[in-house]
Amino acid sequence: MAGHATDKIVVRNLNAWYGDFQALKNINLSIKKNTITAILGPSGCGKSTFIRCLNRLHELRSDAKIEGEILLDGKSVFNMDPVEVRRKIGMVFQRPNPFPTMSIYDNVAIGLKLNGVRDKKALDRVVEDSLKKAALWDEVKDKLNMPGTSLSGGQQQRLCIARAIATNPEVILFDEPTSALDPISAVKIEDLLVDLKGNYTVVIVTHNIQQAGRVSDYVAFFWMGELVEFGKTAEVFENPKEELTEAYLTGRIG
Amino acid sequence: MKRARGDRVFWLLAFFSSLSVIVMFTLLFYELLSNSVPIWKDGMSFITGMVWDPLKGLFGAFPFIYGTLLTATFAILLSTFLGVGIAIFLSEIAPSSLRVIISSIIELIAAIPSVIIGLWGIFVLAPFVRDNLQPLLQHLSFIPLFSGKTLSGLSMLTAILVLTFMVTPIVAAIAREALLMVPEDLKEALYSLGATRYEVVRHVCIPYARQGIFGGVILGYGRALGETMAVTMVIGNTPSISASILNPGYTMAAVIANEFTEATGDVYLSALIGIALLLLLISLAVNLVGRMIVWKWQQEG
Repeated sequence: MAGHATDKIVVRNLNAWYGDFQALKNINLSIKKNTITAILGPSGCGKSTFIRCLNRLHELRSDAKIEGEILLDGKSVFNMDPVEVRRKIGMVFQRPNPFPTMSIYDNVAIGLKLNGVRDKKALDRVVEDSLKKAALWDEVKDKLNMPGTSLSGGQQQRLCIARAIATNPEVILFDEPTSALDPISAVKIEDLLVDLKGNYTVVIVTHNIQQAGRVSDYVAFFWMGELVEFGKTAEVFENPKEELTEAYLTGRIG
Repeated sequence: MKRARGDRVFWLLAFFSSLSVIVMFTLLFYELLSNSVPIWKDGMSFITGMVWDPLKGLFGAFPFIYGTLLTATFAILLSTFLGVGIAIFLSEIAPSSLRVIISSIIELIAAIPSVIIGLWGIFVLAPFVRDNLQPLLQHLSFIPLFSGKTLSGLSMLTAILVLTFMVTPIVAAIAREALLMVPEDLKEALYSLGATRYEVVRHVCIPYARQGIFGGVILGYGRALGETMAVTMVIGNTPSISASILNPGYTMAAVIANEFTEATGDVYLSALIGIALLLLLISLAVNLVGRMIVWKWQQEG
């Protein structure tokens, strides 16, 4: 049943609904280990729903329905405890959303604390390490006890990345992580994504064609709930097989 | 010109409307203070006095202060527990069909006139306390709180339960509103770290909504402190100070309602008005402390 040896996630015949509305129609694709896969498409095409299926966040909505198969390292996520799935597949959201009632330190440490880590030294180490990986340590190391919401938008988003890294997931999902940020903060996040690729498998949802081109190794183009085209980013961008893809990339539709 | 004059009238109307609140409150306070002057001649002994015996001219308000604080405090503790539990169930757990039903029932309970709850207290709750709850609590009679015995079922415990029943809907409704304000993506953020539903409620929802929840608790406490009719009907109206909630008691609101019409003599009347003044001050203090705590939380971010 397992896909290719380097396939981290394999999606087969995935369908998803909100009530009667079908948001995803028969999606098939594989996400390679230690790569960045961009999920590209206009608003409402189902790209956020797609990644929310991967970590089983979609099911939290009372009207949500899901069919098909998602394999993580060859094992169905639907046979795993959702808590377990989400520990392996972390997520960064569109709006920077640090927990407003927690300090910078606790925002990063909360995931570990939930996992039962109590040792202060171990927590300190992971917090520092995660903040360094998120390129935020130098800016916050002297104010770790300040509320997470006291930071700027770009810093908050990097704090959220540190929060996701801290629990040491295997995959990190990014749901339009720069769309609420200024251009300079966005560039920092993009640089960070590329750095993360060495240790994690990254999936990023974006409607920004240039961003997908800059950061991703693979790109999946979604249109109205369907996967139109999937392949290596360079190939899809230079030589799209589908007319719809070309129309989107050249800005004729969007 | 005409429009400018209209605007001026509008301004004055709004100004005097808000001014009337201040005037009414000041007058109320002044009336209570001036009419209770005779009882304050002995100073603090009115507040600390343990004996209330109008026939002998003894006016000690402490049994009522004790009864009010004891019943209201126990009731708000129970209501907080129940109300927040209901609110969490309604906002996080219940399927939407059940939410509507339970929410409407809660609003319905909040709208029941207190005299009806009092009747229910006398005919249903009091016998239940006497016949069912009391035998259970007697196993705990080594704790002074449960040491007494009630023959009629009219006791401070019955009053606490009646108050809990009346106050829980307030706490539940306000806590639910506060919990519904918690942004969805904050909850999802903790879920995405591998949190369980309980952990999301505990680490995200309740901390985020605590100001609103606490506001509901303070409002409920104020209601419990001042509730008159239902408590008067079930508490037994005995001005004694007992450690056991199985004994009857008396509250400030209840004694004012019961004895105001039969208060003969200036001192008796001023004693009751003095109790009213104390009740007002206690309610104000509760509100003020509540506001200060919320304010402090806001400062902390």
